[in-house]
Amino acid sequence: MSHKVDRRDFLKLAGLGGAVFASGLSGWAQAAKHSGAQEFYFVQLSDTHWGFSGPKANPDAANTLKKAVAAVNSLEQKPDFVVFTGDLTHTTDDPKLRRARMAEFRDIVSALTVKEVRFMPGEHDASLDRGEAYQEFFGKLYYTFDHKGVHFIALDNVSDPNAAIGAEQLAWLKQDLKQLRPGTPIAVLTHRPLFDLYPQWDWATRDGAAAVNLLLPHKNVTVFYGHIHQEHHHMTGHIAHHAAKSLIFPLPPAGSVPKRGPVPWDEAAPYKGMGFRVVEADVKDAYYKLDEKPVTRT
Amino acid sequence: MRSVPVSLWAVLGLLAVVGAAGMPSIAAEEQVIRITTKKFEYDLREITLKRGVPVVLELTSSDRVHGFNQPDFGVRGDAVPGMVTRIRFTPNKTGEFVFFCDVFCGDGHEEMSGTLIVKD
Repeated sequence: MSHKVDRRDFLKLAGLGGAVFASGLSGWAQAAKHSGAQEFYFVQLSDTHWGFSGPKANPDAANTLKKAVAAVNSLEQKPDFVVFTGDLTHTTDDPKLRRARMAEFRDIVSALTVKEVRFMPGEHDASLDRGEAYQEFFGKLYYTFDHKGVHFIALDNVSDPNAAIGAEQLAWLKQDLKQLRPGTPIAVLTHRPLFDLYPQWDWATRDGAAAVNLLLPHKNVTVFYGHIHQEHHHMTGHIAHHAAKSLIFPLPPAGSVPKRGPVPWDEAAPYKGMGFRVVEADVKDAYYKLDEKPVTRT
Repeated sequence: MRSVPVSLWAVLGLLAVVGAAGMPSIAAEEQVIRITTKKFEYDLREITLKRGVPVVLELTSSDRVHGFNQPDFGVRGDAVPGMVTRIRFTPNKTGEFVFFCDVFCGDGHEEMSGTLIVKD
């Protein structure tokens, strides 16, 4: 299902956890004229947790990622790139098994027929060894890249087991932002929410506010993240934050049950609550248009 | 689950604090609760407190660093092997409040939690 609403409507919807929409970016179109920006698509996949086993949550855990890869490959329009926003693998205390899961994950997603695949760590991938194994397989923990006029910033808020970005990375972020042309559209990719979504369930980043404060002076900022295994939309000032669904099991809405835990698998509706996101950067109309896709076309 | 009543842990001794003016201050009643962590549990999964009574949590760990986080009361600290971390607070509302480990500690990390029960 795809939706497109204006910024005022988004603000109304943001707290409802409802459908959605698009981030209106004031000034983006104007800035785009000067930056060579073009319309493009990318796909966000998140929280695949390769290696997870739990029949009550997902009896098809060994196949869900493969089905998602097939679904992405069957999109009518090829995305410019795919990004995985963390928790590629399910955590394990065994470093050998961790690497085996990462190798299997990498093999499976190598079947994606897209030009470029970008990765980011989640706490399940990187918190136990501060990202050592992750970097062996997927590269840097945090980085930037530019795509058709949009400046993407991948932030690591997981390799520190305390769920913090840390002073060093924040200094790097500050320096990176300083060199941008005013008005440049910025898309932040991260795993945990940068705001206190629900600290009672550890849905927060300990120093996330410091990153948000660095981003706030910039007019056009949108954050795409994962971690909470459900679609969610929130505004901090003018910055929109969009959480993606998981590809292993959904989690309940914040605080809706006493204890956080997977929503049980629904035999009548397999993969319910799971899926991936297609993001259209619509420069002409100054929107990110989000389209939430199911794991399979059933 | 084990529940620890207030009376077991309460320290009712008068703290003979003398104020700057040389006058004795109000006697303080303070609960001291010792909590030991290990993968992936707190030895006290339920902790019963009394509203308005100051508490000192004494955290330590028998294996690795764990966290103790209770956002409703703005309480957090690290449980570190060989050390005692003290957290002081006064519960100001009644109810049941989940506390959890916020230092990622392994494959059982997400189940590492307990409940503060605050009564009148």
